[in-house]
Amino acid sequence: MAETNQRTVYGQTLVELCRENPNILVLDADLGGSTMGKMVEQALPDQHIEMGIAEANMASVAGGLAQVGKIPFINSFAVFAAGRAYDQIRQSISIGKLNVKIVGSSAGCSDFGDGSTHQSIEDIAIMRAIPNMTVIVPADANETAAATRYMAENKGTMYMRLNRNSYDNVTEEGTPFRFNEPAVVREGSDVTVFACGIMVGKALEAAEQLADRISVRVVNVSTIKPLNAEKIKEYAKDVRGIVTAEEHSIVGGLGGAVAECLRRERIPMEFVGVNDRFGESAHCYADILERLGLTAAHIAEAVESIYNG
Amino acid sequence: MNENRKRISELESKAKILRQDVIKCIGVGVAGHVGGSCSAADLVTALYFYKMKYDPKNPHWEGRDYFLLSKGHVAILQYAALAEAGFFPVEDLPRCKEVGFHLQGHPHLSTPGIEVGTGSLGQGLSLGLGMAIGLKLDDKPNRVYVLVGDGEQNEGQIWEAAMAAAAKQMDNLCAIIDNNTLQAQGPIAERLPSEPIAEKWKAFGWNVIEIDGHNMEEIITALDQAETIKGKPTAIIAHTVKGKGISFAENVTGFHNRALTQEEYDQALAELA
Repeated sequence: MAETNQRTVYGQTLVELCRENPNILVLDADLGGSTMGKMVEQALPDQHIEMGIAEANMASVAGGLAQVGKIPFINSFAVFAAGRAYDQIRQSISIGKLNVKIVGSSAGCSDFGDGSTHQSIEDIAIMRAIPNMTVIVPADANETAAATRYMAENKGTMYMRLNRNSYDNVTEEGTPFRFNEPAVVREGSDVTVFACGIMVGKALEAAEQLADRISVRVVNVSTIKPLNAEKIKEYAKDVRGIVTAEEHSIVGGLGGAVAECLRRERIPMEFVGVNDRFGESAHCYADILERLGLTAAHIAEAVESIYNG
Repeated sequence: MNENRKRISELESKAKILRQDVIKCIGVGVAGHVGGSCSAADLVTALYFYKMKYDPKNPHWEGRDYFLLSKGHVAILQYAALAEAGFFPVEDLPRCKEVGFHLQGHPHLSTPGIEVGTGSLGQGLSLGLGMAIGLKLDDKPNRVYVLVGDGEQNEGQIWEAAMAAAAKQMDNLCAIIDNNTLQAQGPIAERLPSEPIAEKWKAFGWNVIEIDGHNMEEIITALDQAETIKGKPTAIIAHTVKGKGISFAENVTGFHNRALTQEEYDQALAELA
């Protein structure tokens, strides 16, 4: 069975990529055991740099490394990678379009136990607002492997957010990353759900639950910035309305991006996401997803409301 | 006159030209960072016209040394040095901040010879550290120089970088602290006192050299000495005077970022002639 944890497959892919290209460097801020940067540290210690608990310095150092021809991947929890080092990502990296890859691990509420301080519900919005930034949210472990390779092999400032927990793959193993290509993972004709990350799988569950009454198309939007407006419009126009689903605040994330894209269209739209609140601790992932309204049932409810007008 | 004396005299003349360029770059009626440019002018002159290797016709030449202006607000000083070194025409200087032009208010990669963008204080030393690490990984001899403001040392990131640079033993990295003792809102000793500076850098594991930042001989001696230190980065703490060379701007907080009147402009150029 294919690996089902994004972090694990990310670490494995980094090791492969580092072996292929000695210019790839993996930087950690004392969280390598979680980000899986430790896999590189163990396999190829010369290509791993421990920067200590200093995310701001790590981000700017990565900018310097990029300017002497290196391909740095900087790693931390998403909440710190995108939040703590925001200004360094903006000033040291993005203005210069530097070839730095920022990977926000344990994103969304996937670090369920640690609570609001460690759960990132705004990283997509923050990163998306920065000019020159690419934002990638892989749907599963398989797509994470492909996206990681894409990031290493293509120039540019890129942010990728990863889930901490294991869950079933919804994309094919070994498929090259389809950059900026929203992908239909289930066809349907009544309502389209645009989803990213773990919510792609949950949207498929919702579509299955509704199958005898409502035909739901599910689209995996793993490249949130740039957003392929042509494809979004194509998948939104031939249905009654659309739903977006993300493990992120409804402010500024995938829903916001899709709404910006469809601003001239008269298409009913519903958001499934975190309703402008912080997370909190939970004993298990399912509990916090339920608490924040991020389940297949929540998506099904939103689809029904669009379908029924 | 012996060789050394002659060289120093030439560098002193060059520093005067850079200060004149700064004034011409700012012009009349437009705010510009006169004070911090003039305090660092001798340091930047020594780097560009004595110490650093570079090719103005090929700014990305692999053998070059790197200069990063962590105190990015004195971009005009670096622009003056780059123009005098031949990276772009001196005639470009007065067009600084013109919409669509390559000379931005803070260093930007659109300008030939600029290695990284800076302006948000505290980040240049980290950027330089990244370059130093990358160069060392490739066994390259290039050196990295970062000009840090003394007020800028308020930023925590400076000390994150200081700790990391010493831990990684980056002896190809040299920080130069423009210790002009004034920050934007007044004397550092009154705003956010940060002395003892030398002891702080020593405690962080750096080789520290203290100099008079307007004495060209001391500057070039320090830069030469820094290159010989192995196993640790060097911090040159240069004691300077904000607004140096322009009588009415010297040690005056108000000249951190201010527009010049026509009268002040004329007087400044006359004093720097």
